[in-house]
Amino acid sequence: MAYPPAAQSSPPRQPSVKVILAAADVSRVVDRIAHQILEKTQGAADTVLLGIPTRGVPLAKRLAARISTFEDVTVPVGVLDITLYRDDLRRHATRAVGPTDLPSGGIDGKRVILVDDVLFSGRTVRAALDALSDVGRPASVQLAVLVDRGHRQLPIRADYVGKNIPTALAESVKVTLAETDGADEVKLYGGTPS
Amino acid sequence: MTAYLIKNVSLVGAEPTDLLIRDGVVAQTGPGLAAPDATVLDATGLVALPGLVDLHTHLREPGREDAETVESGSRAAALGGYTAVCAMANTSPVADTAGVVEQVWRLGREAGLVDVQPIGAVTVGLAGERLAELGAMADSAARVRIFSDDGHCVADPKLMRRALEYVKAFDGVIAQHAEEPRLTEGAQMHEGEVSTRLGLTGWPAVAEEAIIARDVLLAEHVGSRLHICHVSTAGSVEVLRHAKARGVKVTAEVTPHHLLLTDEKAETYDPVYKVNPPLRTADDIAALRAALAEGVIDIIATDHAPHAVEDKECEWAYARPGMLGLETALSIALDVLGPQWDLIAERMSRAPARIAGLEGHGLDPAPGVPANLTLVDPAARRVIEPAELASRSRNTPYARMTLPGRIVATFLRGEPTVLDGKAVR
Amino acid sequence: MIRHLLSGADLDAATATQILDTAAEMATVAGREVKKLPALRGRTVVNLFYEDSTRTRISFEAAAKRLSADVINFSAKGSSVAKGESLKDTALTLQAMGADAVVVRHPASGAPHRLANWVDGSVVNAGDGTHEHPTQALLDAYTMRSRLGRLAGLHVAIVGDVLHSRVARSNVLLLSTLGAKVTLVGPPTLIPVDIAAALAPGTDVCYDLDAVLPGVDVVMMLRVQRERMNDSYFPSAREYARRYGLDAPRMRRLPEHAIVMHPGPMNRGMEITPEVADSPRSTIVEQVANGVSVRMAVLYLLLGGNNR
Repeated sequence: MAYPPAAQSSPPRQPSVKVILAAADVSRVVDRIAHQILEKTQGAADTVLLGIPTRGVPLAKRLAARISTFEDVTVPVGVLDITLYRDDLRRHATRAVGPTDLPSGGIDGKRVILVDDVLFSGRTVRAALDALSDVGRPASVQLAVLVDRGHRQLPIRADYVGKNIPTALAESVKVTLAETDGADEVKLYGGTPS
Repeated sequence: MTAYLIKNVSLVGAEPTDLLIRDGVVAQTGPGLAAPDATVLDATGLVALPGLVDLHTHLREPGREDAETVESGSRAAALGGYTAVCAMANTSPVADTAGVVEQVWRLGREAGLVDVQPIGAVTVGLAGERLAELGAMADSAARVRIFSDDGHCVADPKLMRRALEYVKAFDGVIAQHAEEPRLTEGAQMHEGEVSTRLGLTGWPAVAEEAIIARDVLLAEHVGSRLHICHVSTAGSVEVLRHAKARGVKVTAEVTPHHLLLTDEKAETYDPVYKVNPPLRTADDIAALRAALAEGVIDIIATDHAPHAVEDKECEWAYARPGMLGLETALSIALDVLGPQWDLIAERMSRAPARIAGLEGHGLDPAPGVPANLTLVDPAARRVIEPAELASRSRNTPYARMTLPGRIVATFLRGEPTVLDGKAVR
Repeated sequence: MIRHLLSGADLDAATATQILDTAAEMATVAGREVKKLPALRGRTVVNLFYEDSTRTRISFEAAAKRLSADVINFSAKGSSVAKGESLKDTALTLQAMGADAVVVRHPASGAPHRLANWVDGSVVNAGDGTHEHPTQALLDAYTMRSRLGRLAGLHVAIVGDVLHSRVARSNVLLLSTLGAKVTLVGPPTLIPVDIAAALAPGTDVCYDLDAVLPGVDVVMMLRVQRERMNDSYFPSAREYARRYGLDAPRMRRLPEHAIVMHPGPMNRGMEITPEVADSPRSTIVEQVANGVSVRMAVLYLLLGGNNR
């Protein structure tokens, strides 16, 4: 989930749209992240994938599916809703709270990999870290994102990045996934990368 | 004494003519009058009515001078077109002795803006237990003829019978606040759909109708005059119609607010709409309007009930009941009845003056008649601003409503109390 | 988004459902080690209670604290008039203190409506006179939904002193909005004749409890104050209990799945027997727990964003 979302939800002033990743690219990128996770975690033992709604959730499920295809290990997947931990609640009308659904084995002592679609300011991840510490005590926390578009406002970086996209602040990145939007695609609105 | 020549005025809705006021009486009427010594008022488009008479006013003095005084209430009355008001007895102390009614009467004379006719209490302290000294009040300088425990019902049937009988000796009349108290314990508003929804204890229509039914029978039995205050329900109208058909000497009043506002006003929980009897339903309003046109209800009386801000700016249940009325009554009448000037004069001046036995009031402007009259601009429309009212209180239910008609001038025995829509003092 | 919660009528089906869904998420917090969420950090919630109601006040207090709001308890027992300070002056004081929400319990119907005119913050009606108690209706709806899986199409009997019950009014409004059918049961003296027209057309009235029980999914017993018999609403507590009390033989007339609710505090032996109150069909304890979750949801939805 990119941040601030206003940049995503408001229609771009410039009609210019550029497709950064097509469906086949998204699929390749997810495969690569899955491989990287297996490599960096020595086979994804004691690992839990927690998707951050909305699009982090199907991404986490895809990663788990690819990991089990590649190595025949089952990585538990859960959902971490961060709404109540956001630092911008008062800037918007009240946001609907979504479900948080942790795997039955819990997260205590596990390696938790947070999964989101776009890494932008880092505020969503900050909220996710706060939420995580209220629901358990993982041994370590990592971050996987499909796209890193830069412009961090907090000292946060991702452990797994599908694609780095240099952007201007005024531009917006929109990820669509088959599960949530009908098709896989990553688009850049508002101009070409500088 | 200044003479006034009022040019091109419609006398109670008739063709425009001129009207000369001199020495406190109407000296002359007719077209093309001239009087070099007179102050000339151009009354083109205005209607002259006999000065309005309110049979039901709360002036709050003595006791609650923070809400209204005889003087401030008199000014409000004059601005509303009134030349006489009957001041209700529920003051503090209660107007249940010759001393208190004379005090109110004297304060009215001193203010000099309307004739203030005190109403005496029926029972001592309005407590409903024993008769006040009705004869002493009748014989006092205030010459009390109307007696009422208004705010409280004379609920005891024996006491009511005695009161009705006793005042025959001086042609008095009992003005009954018809409310069976056992049926209205804790009542906050009209009992019906809205009270059920709002969780406010209901004031059932039958509590009024049952007392009116009882009292018209009592009045018939003892051959006395009875007046019913602020009739508010369709059922009461039916009882009155029946009684009048039988020849019972009963008269009845309706307030402007009961002709216009429904119980749905309570949905805001703003106690400015809390009044006793409560605002009723649209069906009741229709029945009351029909009864007023037909004469089953004889008069419009304001039940002008000023209340201090703190008695209204609070929870509904803790608020005092009552609404301002003097400065808006004619506008409401005009809104409800339309420009039926003869009917308005009858319901707001002649009939109330007759019921109250007020000499010199309720008489259409004609040579030799005391010049108690008011000039109305029927074409004017005004927005009611509570802060602009002359009353000391602000509890008008018509705030920011646009109402037709405006009082341009009022004369009390030939002297203007209102000119150009403003009180002369 | 609504600004105040004064009446069950303030909630349309979508908003009411959103509150129930949010409450379900809030309920998971109760099972966590850290029973706290940061969503209302820096917000101030004032509990303004003109009536003693420890259970309701504690429920709101727990809800606000779990959302990290600052809570100020302002107990103003007795009427504001009797105490000298008017409700308006109290409101202006709370306003000056920066209250973001005022949770008000008051013996006068409509007092929360008046308060809402005088404060900038949100007003939550925690029970006003004989008018409404909307969060009680929400927690009742939540309890029904979690026990029976749905609200639409449920048949709910509300039994007892409907005339004086703020719980009944809010429940009729909310349950009708959410598609349940309500039958009001009690002696005719305690059921206003025009209640269906006043609140929700389609609401039924029945004076015979035994006739209603076999066809309902939920039976909600209202507290009946013994004082009512002194005002001739019914002849005696014994006769009331015999005609309208829920005892074990009556409970057996209910369908297998039906549940028994009571907003509390109960008059055991009057409207409900201990055997029924303590039976597995009874949701009385759950209702209390659900109260916190539902009030968290309400406070979050009123204060969790910029809804001005």
